[in-house]
Amino acid sequence: MAFWIASSPHNHQQSETSGLMRLVIYATIPGIFAQWYFFGWGNLIHIAMAITIVLVAEFAVLSLREKKIRPQLFDGSAILTAVLLGISLPALAPWWITIIGSLFAIIVVKQLYGGLGHNPFNPAMAAYVMLLISFPVQMTQWQPPLPLLAIDLQFADTLSLIFSGYTPQGYSVEQIRTHVDGFTMATPLDTVKTNITLGLTVVESMESPIIGKHFGIGWEWINAGFLLGGLFLLTKKAIHWTTPLSFLTSLFICSFIAFILSPDSSASTMFHWFSGATMLGAFFILTDPVSGATSVKGRLIFGALAGLLVYLIRKFGGYPDAVAFAVLLCNMAAPLIDQYTRPRTYGHNLGVKK
Amino acid sequence: MESVIERIQKGHFSHFHGGIHPPEQKFLTSTKPIASAQIPEQLIIPVRQHIGQAGDIIVAVGDKVLKGQALSASNSPMQLPVHAPTSGIISAIENAVIPHPSGLSELCIIITPDHEDTWRKRTICPDHHLLSKDQILEKIANSGIAGMGGAGFPTQVKVSTLAKINYLIINAAECEPYITADDLLIQEHSPTVLDGIKILDHLLAPKNILIGIEDNKAKAIETLQKATADIAHIHVCVIPTKYPSGGEKQLIKILTNQEVPSGVLPSSLGIVMQNVATCFAIADAVINDTPLIKRVVTVSGQALDKPQNIWSLIGTPVGFLTQHCDYKNRQHKHLIMGGPMMGFSLSNDQIPVIKSTNCILAPSEAEIESPYSTGTKEVECIRCGQCADVCPAQLLPQELQWSAKAKDQQQLTKLNLFDCIECGACAYVCPSQIPLVHYYRVAKAEIRQQKLLDIKAEKAKVRFEARKERLEREKIARAEKHKKAAEARKARMNSGTSEAKTEKSAVAAALARVKAKKAQASTDDHKINSEPESTNEQASDKKDQVANAIARAKAKKLAKQAQLKEGQATENLTTDNDKEASISAKLDNVTVSDKKAKVAAAIAKAKAKKLQQAENSNDSLSTDTQAKSDEDKKAKVAAAVAKAKAKAKAKAAERTQDDKPDVLVANDNVASAIDVDASSAKIDIASTQSAAELKKARIAATIEKAKAKAKAKSSLTEETIKTEAKSSLAEETIKTEATAITEAPIPGAAELKKAKVAAAVAKAKAKKLAAQAQKVAEPENSEQGDDDNVIASATDSKKARIAAAVAKAKAKKLAADTNKSPTSE
Repeated sequence: MAFWIASSPHNHQQSETSGLMRLVIYATIPGIFAQWYFFGWGNLIHIAMAITIVLVAEFAVLSLREKKIRPQLFDGSAILTAVLLGISLPALAPWWITIIGSLFAIIVVKQLYGGLGHNPFNPAMAAYVMLLISFPVQMTQWQPPLPLLAIDLQFADTLSLIFSGYTPQGYSVEQIRTHVDGFTMATPLDTVKTNITLGLTVVESMESPIIGKHFGIGWEWINAGFLLGGLFLLTKKAIHWTTPLSFLTSLFICSFIAFILSPDSSASTMFHWFSGATMLGAFFILTDPVSGATSVKGRLIFGALAGLLVYLIRKFGGYPDAVAFAVLLCNMAAPLIDQYTRPRTYGHNLGVKK
Repeated sequence: MESVIERIQKGHFSHFHGGIHPPEQKFLTSTKPIASAQIPEQLIIPVRQHIGQAGDIIVAVGDKVLKGQALSASNSPMQLPVHAPTSGIISAIENAVIPHPSGLSELCIIITPDHEDTWRKRTICPDHHLLSKDQILEKIANSGIAGMGGAGFPTQVKVSTLAKINYLIINAAECEPYITADDLLIQEHSPTVLDGIKILDHLLAPKNILIGIEDNKAKAIETLQKATADIAHIHVCVIPTKYPSGGEKQLIKILTNQEVPSGVLPSSLGIVMQNVATCFAIADAVINDTPLIKRVVTVSGQALDKPQNIWSLIGTPVGFLTQHCDYKNRQHKHLIMGGPMMGFSLSNDQIPVIKSTNCILAPSEAEIESPYSTGTKEVECIRCGQCADVCPAQLLPQELQWSAKAKDQQQLTKLNLFDCIECGACAYVCPSQIPLVHYYRVAKAEIRQQKLLDIKAEKAKVRFEARKERLEREKIARAEKHKKAAEARKARMNSGTSEAKTEKSAVAAALARVKAKKAQASTDDHKINSEPESTNEQASDKKDQVANAIARAKAKKLAKQAQLKEGQATENLTTDNDKEASISAKLDNVTVSDKKAKVAAAIAKAKAKKLQQAENSNDSLSTDTQAKSDEDKKAKVAAAVAKAKAKAKAKAAERTQDDKPDVLVANDNVASAIDVDASSAKIDIASTQSAAELKKARIAATIEKAKAKAKAKSSLTEETIKTEAKSSLAEETIKTEATAITEAPIPGAAELKKAKVAAAVAKAKAKKLAAQAQKVAEPENSEQGDDDNVIASATDSKKARIAAAVAKAKAKKLAADTNKSPTSE
């Protein structure tokens, strides 16, 4: 007859980190579905590849570090990183982009810093930025939405494009990106940015075929998908409401001020919200607890800073989208934010409150 | 002030930060009546059941005690007595496991009940208004009442506060899951509880009394509201259910919207909080003169068939209660004292119920599937911050956890670790399933330990510095004292009285004596050295010279021995082939000796012969000659020893000539044995200083010598002549010598002489024997002379030379004998 000896509390709400990760992965489904619908199989292929690579990389590093492999390999954190990276990559990026990105995310950004919970940067975004800087050509070959393509892009074509650079019919990525009218199609954000430098107004840019009726064919729906997933996470209390709220508010305010000041050279607030990686960043990247701030006040500041940075880089920076850069910069600032946003402990500094 | 009451009356309460909603599970026991107390076979009553010091035990083993009788007495407010929960006999006072997370043992009084339950005499006091405040306080203290909500703070200390009290808060929140003890107590005993509240009202005179109760206790709320309806300043505050609203600080925040500053008691805010059960105990103590000997305990959990609340006597083993509730016997028992959030596991079921025990939880395995109970599945913290969201103290549990793991005590203190109330909310929500509270407990203990060590070190430092100062002070004081004494003496001597004069003259005389002595010593030195220089220098010079001479002699002898040994070694190596060569080598060694010394020895020889004769004929004469000086004797003995050694060596050489390597080896052994003996004897002699001792030693040495000789001889004879008779004779000689040895140590001149004579006789006999056995004498002779020379030159004195001569003479005689013996054989 043995007596169990355990430390209190003896009760637990039975939540698990892996469960949390799984929930976040499920929440990406609407966005991924929209991506598939508008851009074809490319991202799904990248996601699948990335998952395979991260698991192999994670397994290798965990073995080397002599850690418990089973629980850590399948805690979902590596898979989530792979999913986020796969979503962010251009749909027709070559296969080695995914491999290099995944290996970098897991081995360098995550495990070299000490594994789950110790990485100062979001692995998916750090890998994305590394790829963008190292391989700018491949990383900016954004595929136009399927309805605008002259060529019908099937699964086999996409696969062939990713692995060989050509469809079985012999079309290159560049040829696919070329509109029937003979110009290369970019993302809505890119289009607006390029047009502004060309002296066109934003209103004129909005007439570009890539923009469509609202804020960009496909992109608006992808962002809507991620917003839906994010709201699901909020209802499930898997993520805290503070960061997305402050981020979106901050971005809204920035773009609104700019729009008021100069409507010709500034895109609308909703254009900023529903193009690029805004919603993905708001609900899936910035809410990464490991590399974010922890306190409520800290998260508000963290999100607001990210919104400001996204706007500034989109508006004045060299790159059309800015979520990845903004996230990395905020990751760097997170410890400092935490340091200065410690909550007042019960019974301490009562005079300040009164 | 008024607004608070208004707000409460409207049902608006403030909120504390965080909090959780774990499954309540109160339905298991909340509808069943409290079962009456049963008397177990044994009661284990820990002497200390509260925060503070244990009372002094006033009973002894074997005493018969009555129900309610005090078992210990208190002398200070922080000491509380314990009482016998029923009548019986004290069967032991010993260490037993106490209900504490540590599972440690402490002193307990063990009572074997007689099941008669006989009360001690009680005086019922139906109206507490008849008593003075001090009398009530005394009654509370003597009844051993401590806070029954969990902490166990002495109630009397709490209620005797002098601060002006605005709010008396009665804590009936009971926020922990499962526990319904207070709920049931209110349902069944609200009049007594109310009496307790009234007594507290009388003592503290608060402006308002707030009864905080969670909204999940409908029946109790109803009962309370009915009971307090006619009392205007008692407010029943029905607060929303949230864990841990029953925490003192949290309840104060909810009800009054005030925060208790860290490290300060609530009474500083004009607030006193008491538990419902404590109120009941106060009423029982003041009105019924019943000390705190029983309490309501919730025995719950799905592992029990009949979970219920039980009136339990203090000291009832937990196992008795679980048995009463039909605890299913399962392989892994898990008993928790307290609730699932803050309770602690029990290591066995013989742990007793104490004053602060409100719940015994026996969960089934499926019921509490906590990772902290069923083996940790702890993974890394992902900084999700859920813990910080639920923390009622608004701490940052995840940062505390990092620092606790890194043992960064400074950072932990900075993060206000000690404001953690260990409610367990953070660990309850942690998705990484980190046992956060456990880390904090360990860290707290380590910090406390470190503080104790720091205090100790500080004290030691202060002590050391104080000692240093004291020593310095004493030194100065001593110097001062001596100075004063000297001055006083001087003053006294110069005072001119007769006593002073005698003292003065005595000192003068002593000084004169010393001077005279010094002068004499210097003249003596002058005489010896005939030198007008400083006597001290002369004396040391002389001493040095002698020492040098001795050292020189020793060195020479050592060199010789080494040479000899070398020779022997070569012999050993070459016995089979180059016998003659080795002999010549030996002879070479011999010729190395100093010629001058030889001449001196020869001169001495004649003198020695004369002496020898004298010794043979008249012993007293020889003793006279020998007794000339200590040095003489010493030298002589040394010479004798050397002789013995030399002889033995000679014999060894002899054996080589006899072509018997085996024997040679044996002889070598003997020789070396003699060597050792001789040298040890020499050391003995050197160390002895008095004449008598020297003499004794000399005799011993002679005997030793003879013995050695005999030994050598016996071995020789065995080998060469193989006559049994002779060996036996040698043995006899040894025996004779043995008697001489026994005689030798006896002091007294006459006896010494006798012994000497005996020894000499023995020596002679031995010599004769040896002579008979020996065949060749030449090498021995020369070696003998050699050894003598060494000594002679070393001592550098005539006397020593004479001694050497004596030895030589002896050797000659021996040689002569040996020369004769071959012919006789």
